Amino acid sequence: MVIRGLRVVRGGRPIIDGLELDVPAGSVVGLMGPSGSGKTTLMRAIVGVQDKVTGTVDVLDAAAGSPALRRRVGYMTQDASVYNDLTVVQNLRYFAALAGVPSPAKAVAAAVATVDLGGHEKQQVVTLSGGERSRVSLAAALVGGPELLVLDEPTVGLDPVLRRDLWAVFRRLAAEGRTLLVSSHVMDEAMQCDRLLLMRAGGLVADTTPDQLLATTGAPDAERAFLALIDAAAARAAAGAEAVTADAETQPTEETAR
Amino acid sequence: MNLTLATASRVLSQLRGDHRTVALIVGLPCLLIGLIAWMFNDRPEVLDQFGPMLVGLFPLTVMFLVTSVATLRERQSGTLERLMTTPIRKGDFVAGYGLAFATLALLQAFVVVGFALLVGMDVAGSLWLVVVVALLDAVLGCTLGLAASALARSEFQAVQMMPAIIFPQLITCGLLMPRDQMPEVLEWLSRAFPLTYAIEAMTSLAAGDEWADIRGAVGVIALFIVGAVVLGILTLRRRTP
Repeated sequence: MVIRGLRVVRGGRPIIDGLELDVPAGSVVGLMGPSGSGKTTLMRAIVGVQDKVTGTVDVLDAAAGSPALRRRVGYMTQDASVYNDLTVVQNLRYFAALAGVPSPAKAVAAAVATVDLGGHEKQQVVTLSGGERSRVSLAAALVGGPELLVLDEPTVGLDPVLRRDLWAVFRRLAAEGRTLLVSSHVMDEAMQCDRLLLMRAGGLVADTTPDQLLATTGAPDAERAFLALIDAAAARAAAGAEAVTADAETQPTEETAR
Repeated sequence: MNLTLATASRVLSQLRGDHRTVALIVGLPCLLIGLIAWMFNDRPEVLDQFGPMLVGLFPLTVMFLVTSVATLRERQSGTLERLMTTPIRKGDFVAGYGLAFATLALLQAFVVVGFALLVGMDVAGSLWLVVVVALLDAVLGCTLGLAASALARSEFQAVQMMPAIIFPQLITCGLLMPRDQMPEVLEWLSRAFPLTYAIEAMTSLAAGDEWADIRGAVGVIALFIVGAVVLGILTLRRRTP
């Protein structure tokens, strides 16, 4: 995945401005950052449903959102986006059909097993708990066997046991050569990623690895390391704004000097 | 084509799970025709004259209302956004919905025409043509609803699509006043509306006309169905703000 000069405008103001990013294939990449930092917008740009995107977003060597990519990319939205009035299997069968999976029954059974929803196959999604519903949504992204999985907060609302199991699944999918871009608020999950991207105010604050993160910040855990980075970035932004104002004030003096 | 069928079958599965909606779609037009039959109980010629129009009009309205929330529902559940990241084409989406609701419209046409006969409607023209036109009217309602649905951005907008799109047609279609007595501009305007042709075909059939007399009107209805599908596809956006 290669992103150059990405700019996204929402509601008349730039949400992301000048983002550059390279993500190698076959890794789990964590996308972290405070809410409103542009994580979902970036993910939507990568899967090609975000409007008003300028710059280059190349995914698996094709332009983001191009028809050829749609079979190769799986997207899980932040809120469970599945049909509440269908059963688990009916949902997955539909998404398998859309992805053109050669043996849908097998793919559906595998996806159900992966998200540990065995026994709920014939249940209507509306009758499931919130955590189960979000796992159906994850299974719907997995069922097509995509090369790139873009998962927007897939573990939110899940208990620690399920979170651990899902991260094991993510590692396994990456070991098969797939690329996963996973956003999360839970900082200890970040430590299980190969790469970490930290966003703040629509820009990339850090592009690092878990070990590097701890080493450079000297923080004892991921949570404090992130806070240190975010605070440092906020301070830099504030200082930058002051510098601009200072420049504006000194300009007339320079003019007179000349 | 496969994805159209997959989508149609998914929508039908959703409908199969929702018995009350199916009962309303099929039963509501029957109830309305029943009320009119009852009202004009001692003047059976009224039902003979207006019955065919109503078996076209009521299903069209019901289908329009149901499908006018379809896209909105997909948009708000987030499923539309997810679908737009899959290989499904916008045409598959609209045609899939159209096909699923056309299947339901077929059931509706048979039940509603059957019920109208039961409560005393006598059609001078051929009965199977009444069924065909009723089916086309219902499909027209579906596709107009889908086109309107793609335009609506909120529930408030979606519910107003019916009065906005169907009522003007209802007023000028010739049901309230024969079209040749209308102000010239309105008469001219009514020719641009599909409901005019639906009512015209049914009026002809009630008067005993045959296929040769209504095929022009039927052709126009079919064109409007295609036009509404194309409009629905064009107004759907893969990328959203």
